Amino acid sequence: MELAVADLTCARGGVPLLEGVSFTLPAGAALVLRGPNGCGKTTLLRTLAGLQPALAGTVSCPPEAIAYAGHADGLKAVLTVAENLAFWAAIHGQSGVEAAMKAMNLTELSGRQAQHLSAGQKRRLGLARLMVTGRAFWLLDEPTVSLDTASVALFAAVVRAHLARGGAALMASHIDLGLDEARVLELAAFRAAPRLPQGFDEAFA
Amino acid sequence: MIALLTRDLRLAFRAGGGFGLGLGFFLILAVLVPLGVGPEPRTLGLIAPGILWVGALLACLLSLDRIFALDFEDGSLDLLATAPIPLEGVVAVKALAHWLTTGLPLVLVAPLLGVLLNLAPGAYGWLVLSLLLGTPALSVIGAFGAALTVGLKRGGLLLSLLVLPLYIPTLVYGAEVVIRGAAGLGVTTPLLLLAGITAGSAALLPFAAALALRVNLR
Repeated sequence: MELAVADLTCARGGVPLLEGVSFTLPAGAALVLRGPNGCGKTTLLRTLAGLQPALAGTVSCPPEAIAYAGHADGLKAVLTVAENLAFWAAIHGQSGVEAAMKAMNLTELSGRQAQHLSAGQKRRLGLARLMVTGRAFWLLDEPTVSLDTASVALFAAVVRAHLARGGAALMASHIDLGLDEARVLELAAFRAAPRLPQGFDEAFA
Repeated sequence: MIALLTRDLRLAFRAGGGFGLGLGFFLILAVLVPLGVGPEPRTLGLIAPGILWVGALLACLLSLDRIFALDFEDGSLDLLATAPIPLEGVVAVKALAHWLTTGLPLVLVAPLLGVLLNLAPGAYGWLVLSLLLGTPALSVIGAFGAALTVGLKRGGLLLSLLVLPLYIPTLVYGAEVVIRGAAGLGVTTPLLLLAGITAGSAALLPFAAALALRVNLR
């Protein structure tokens, strides 16, 4: 199974940001999206995740095979680390909460409420959530924000293990993740020409 | 689905979950009305059905914006929308959780507050029954309103304005059941209409709300 994207045009607020985006992401591979702020990395990831429709183009893989992790981690402040993970595991019909906590070095924090975690610990919990989704394609939006170098290494190891299991990862990131095998896709090349569609009205976009 | 329900219930009962919000409001209203209107038992008995129903409705309204706004803010809603359970199911489960934490406590405490308001003895059963049939509609309609306004900052006012007109039929028939029950008249017609509103909104509005959520998440 692979994620093949062909001639994808995605829009933010009705205005096309990226057009002609084409790439394939085979199982076992990682791809890093790069580009300046506002070039459409998040928009592309949200489109692939099925959260917003594409204006044109095709995505070969259904949203059901994709796990999306955005800027927000989707944690509940008054639930503990273990409860947060157990909830997402139950929603996806998976187990493996213990293993996920171990992989992201959260076992010692398992009984602590998410509101008492530091920003980096929350991020680690948000990334551990991916491991209990049981989905093959991970879409990660700035996964290393607020992580220290040790945690970035931990995260790289988790991604590598996921790739080794036949998964794939698509990451938008500005920093070096330590994943040397990852290919890089420059999104600036796909920037859409500034134009407004006929009869465009922002209010109905 | 069950996991989502237990999570929402757990969140409501933990600190800051807003479980007591509607209940507290309902209590305050029922205690203050006799003080404001005066202790004349006949007057109180006359207005009791309407006051109890209006109180229950406003108490429901108080906690509506929490249904989706909190999940939207922390990103859970994005993740739920991409999760393997259908968004329509998410809406239905969240409306059910709202009813269990807001509507059901109101139903249980209403007879007690009926005493404070000198409700006619024959009307207690009808009060509980009408609230039991009517409050689920309040939660489902409210979930629809909350889905429409989920991305808006300070959407509470707009939510109230959108939802209140939709609440009117439930209020009219619900209070009518209690008024007719108190007077010893037949209640079948308003009771059936009330049940119809609840059944209809529970069947249709989760789909409309899921559609609104998808648009708002873009």
